[in-house]
Amino acid sequence: MSAAFRIPGAGRLKQAKTASFSFDDKSYTGIEGDTLASALLANGVHLVGRSFKYHRPRGFLSAGAEEPNALVQIVRDDARKTPNVRATVQELYDGLTANSQNRWPSLAFDIGAVNDIASPLFSAGFYYKTFMWPKSAWKNLYEPKIRAAAGLGVSPEKPDPDHYAARYAHCEVLVLGGGAAGIAAALAAAETGVRVILADEQAEFGGSLRFESGARIDGENGYAWAQAAIARLKAMDNVRVLSRTTAFGYYAQNFVGLVERVSDHLKSPGRELARERLWQVRANRVVIATGAIERHMVFANNDRPGVMLASAARTYLNHYGVAVGKNVGVYTANDSAYAAAIDLKKAGVNIAAIVDLRDNPAGPVIDEARALGIEINFGRAVVSAGGKLRVSSMTVQPKNGGGERTIPVDAILMSAGWTPSVHLFSQSRGKVAFNDETRRFVPGTYAQDCVSVGACNGTDGLAASVDEAYAAGAKAAKDAGGQAGKGAKPKVDAGESWSRGMLGAGPGAGPGTTVKAFVDFQNDVTAKDIRQAVHEGMHSIEHVKRFTTNGMATDQGKTSNMHGLAIAAEELGKPIPQVGLTTFRAPYTPVTFGSIVGHARGALFDPTRRTATHGWAASQGAVFEDVGHWKRAWYFPKAGEDMHKAVDRECVTVRKVGGLFDASTLGKIEVVGPDAAKFMELLYTNPWEKLETGRCRYGIMLREDGFIYDDGVVGRLAPDRFHVTTTTGGAPRVMHHMEDYLQTEFPHLNVWLTSITEQWAVIAVQGPKSRDIIAPLVEGIDMSDEAMPHMSVREGKICGVPTRLFRMSFTGERGFEVNVPADYGEAVWEALWAEGQKHGATAYGTESMHVLRAEKGYIIVGQDTDGTVTPNDAGLDWAVGKKKTDFVGIRGLTRSDLVAKGRKQLVGLKTKDPKVVLEEGAQIVADPKQPIPMKMIGHVTSSYWSENCGRSIALALVAGGRDRMGETLYVPMPNGTIEVEVTGMVFVDEKGERLNG
Amino acid sequence: MLLIRCPYCDEERPELEFRNAGEAHIARSTNIAGESDDDFEKFFFIRANPKGVIYERWRHIHGCARFFNAVRDTVTDKFVMTYKAGEPKPAKLPGAAK
Repeated sequence: MSAAFRIPGAGRLKQAKTASFSFDDKSYTGIEGDTLASALLANGVHLVGRSFKYHRPRGFLSAGAEEPNALVQIVRDDARKTPNVRATVQELYDGLTANSQNRWPSLAFDIGAVNDIASPLFSAGFYYKTFMWPKSAWKNLYEPKIRAAAGLGVSPEKPDPDHYAARYAHCEVLVLGGGAAGIAAALAAAETGVRVILADEQAEFGGSLRFESGARIDGENGYAWAQAAIARLKAMDNVRVLSRTTAFGYYAQNFVGLVERVSDHLKSPGRELARERLWQVRANRVVIATGAIERHMVFANNDRPGVMLASAARTYLNHYGVAVGKNVGVYTANDSAYAAAIDLKKAGVNIAAIVDLRDNPAGPVIDEARALGIEINFGRAVVSAGGKLRVSSMTVQPKNGGGERTIPVDAILMSAGWTPSVHLFSQSRGKVAFNDETRRFVPGTYAQDCVSVGACNGTDGLAASVDEAYAAGAKAAKDAGGQAGKGAKPKVDAGESWSRGMLGAGPGAGPGTTVKAFVDFQNDVTAKDIRQAVHEGMHSIEHVKRFTTNGMATDQGKTSNMHGLAIAAEELGKPIPQVGLTTFRAPYTPVTFGSIVGHARGALFDPTRRTATHGWAASQGAVFEDVGHWKRAWYFPKAGEDMHKAVDRECVTVRKVGGLFDASTLGKIEVVGPDAAKFMELLYTNPWEKLETGRCRYGIMLREDGFIYDDGVVGRLAPDRFHVTTTTGGAPRVMHHMEDYLQTEFPHLNVWLTSITEQWAVIAVQGPKSRDIIAPLVEGIDMSDEAMPHMSVREGKICGVPTRLFRMSFTGERGFEVNVPADYGEAVWEALWAEGQKHGATAYGTESMHVLRAEKGYIIVGQDTDGTVTPNDAGLDWAVGKKKTDFVGIRGLTRSDLVAKGRKQLVGLKTKDPKVVLEEGAQIVADPKQPIPMKMIGHVTSSYWSENCGRSIALALVAGGRDRMGETLYVPMPNGTIEVEVTGMVFVDEKGERLNG
Repeated sequence: MLLIRCPYCDEERPELEFRNAGEAHIARSTNIAGESDDDFEKFFFIRANPKGVIYERWRHIHGCARFFNAVRDTVTDKFVMTYKAGEPKPAKLPGAAK
């Protein structure tokens, strides 16, 4: 198919380099350098999508990033199906495959278009009013239907196979936007020698110079000047030039997020190329040169394919060599559309008529248009566009009413004026100010070290913009420490200048009308919807926005916000600045999740910590569980065993013989110094001064409010040295808590804190045979009960390497914890394992560890406590030093609520049916027959099958629990109520004789 | 991402290296066990939460690990100044117009 709308001699693309592509399974040919939009237009295709709500046919509104309509799905393969790509920015590559969205069965015949006829049902805020009844219909009917209808495009079904790069960068001057102003600013800054980064979202620099045919700078055509200037900048060592790079977010202290599209424009990007690259730039000064965006005219059916912005048509012609029609109408409220008409006319396109809302405008472009023989109608309005899948006519009327005239056209170019792009300025927390004369918001008060230049600053005209930008670039560089530059300011010989225009609905779409005159194309918001929102009581622009969804689509209202605001202000009878502007938020244009995530996914998402015996455990078939960042052996199934069988065997073997358990993940902190004991006295509830060297104590740490924060066994290695253990999950916060008090509350104490979690591997050897397993490998430690009683610590050697050998027990059996330098952990484990095998010992994992400690009523902080449990609640009052005058939490413990009766206390629970295992977290009630909602008096904190007890066991927090011994309580569950008896917390060896057994 | 000057390292470092640690200049009583309910309430539960200038504690947790104090404006999120733990509340803030 020949490209019927490509005009020979027009545009900058090299005709020789063709690229074939498909849209909705039909093949077309474009030219290298085209966007998908320009290539489709060259082939006469305007219809590219269906709108979100009403499924109205849509075409191209723009030629840039502000595009609300032309959203397509780009398909490379099963995993690479990107939805909602703006066809106006997608660069064409040979073999590109694109599909239209939001239509079924086809783009030209779309069943969903019934919504357009039924549109009275879907007016603004309809989703707040409908779907309310009957109640059950929400779940069964409305929600599934809405979910099916919602959203545009289709997500890929497979994980994203591409990779995304990330870079940090620093510079003195960051220039955002590479049009004439941005280039001038970058030149001025770069000539001073400071580091400059210049970024622009387009593939090629130049901004509006791409369509401004008359611009001349330094004696050259404007666009050619831009390319030469970019080449000069690229050649400078202190300058980084980034094309296809969007500044999407402006954060605190001149921290700006840029996303560079590295390979989306390539036919077959190699695996070595990232798809996108996230730049996180910290700049001393930022120059914002983001230009302005043209607004459309608001009139009936202004969304018909073929109705587009005048500057877009000019870009398609002057850059891509494409005519958007053969018989084009123009509807404008300012001068800039005349330039489009003139360029098209000169290229041989018929201009049916220019309709200008202004009464008697004058100026060179108007004279030139007239001289070219173009029909011009002042004081008139286009009140409606005809046609459906493509515009076919425009209906013109005097702006104050009167006889209509219908003019056949195949495209309408419109311009209501230009909106400065203050998005990034606003994101930097700068405050915009409304200029009453030009009726636009421009940068007002700055919050950061940045400056806006050119059109985004409300500066009209190419010459003024370049002058302002060059001066601002030089000043930014100087303020950032640069030397005086040697370059010469670019001289603008000719350039265009537009301002003014109109805001809000045009004639025929004003108050009282119900026509579909679109303000926001992407969310299908009409002028009528905005007025309706005001009538229904939305008086704040933020409410109007949310009620109508104006500006809330992925284009974030780049073309619609000002119109919406003006209509609301008119309806409210208030001036625009009093109604205010909605907040601009990042991202400026949609950013992929991939670019934000970068490399932090899969195995690199989060660090994984493995203990020294991980490899051994894996080789034994251990099943692992995640505990914080740690991988811990959960259980060690033998052939044919499920988890329960494995855990039952492990638990029984530990109590009968012995078991080995890797406890390396416990947090370990060494507290050292002349005041170490004093510090321990202050941080833990227990007394420490009198703990003898070589002995251990179970310590409880509270927060200042009196609640348990952490616990663990502490060994005193020397008068000035404590080996503190913490819970696995609590290690970092306990260290933080200790450092906080040491540095800020008790800085007079001479103490050092060192995290030694990673230094020591810890092998727990528990069970009646534990001493027999360890002793043959130990040198220099007398392990007899007399020399080394329960809760003691000795230093010596095991397998020839240093050890801190603790005698302690988290099972209730005779037990030891062998600490060895982590590098020797695996070797010592294997030696102990070999000894253990001689006795029939087992390796056990965290699940058995939990069961064994629960059988003894040993608590786990964070499981049996939840930040509202005191030592007394947990039955641990004995661990609080009664004679102490100070420790963290001492005052909190005496608060009235903490000493009140009826607090939840930890108790044991036995189900009446011993085979029933309670669910952890299940609620407990005193009377199961009471009406719902029942009064809950507690909950199950730990619950297991205990093979050693031959029954289930559980721990629970129950109000007044210790006064309820023997009472029957109830646990209501979905399948019936479970009867339980309140018991003590110790289920095995109540007297504690097995510690020495 | 904010840049924060650690008064011990005497360098501006990215926010990621730091952790906020709540309001500053709230001293723990040396006789905390004898404190009245009202005083303990003020010490432990009551915080100023101002709109504007706040004095707060930060820790350079992924750097030198020291706690220090900072003056920050909660409206602009700007750090006015930072100073070492134990130093008194600055009498005058640099560039304070309010």
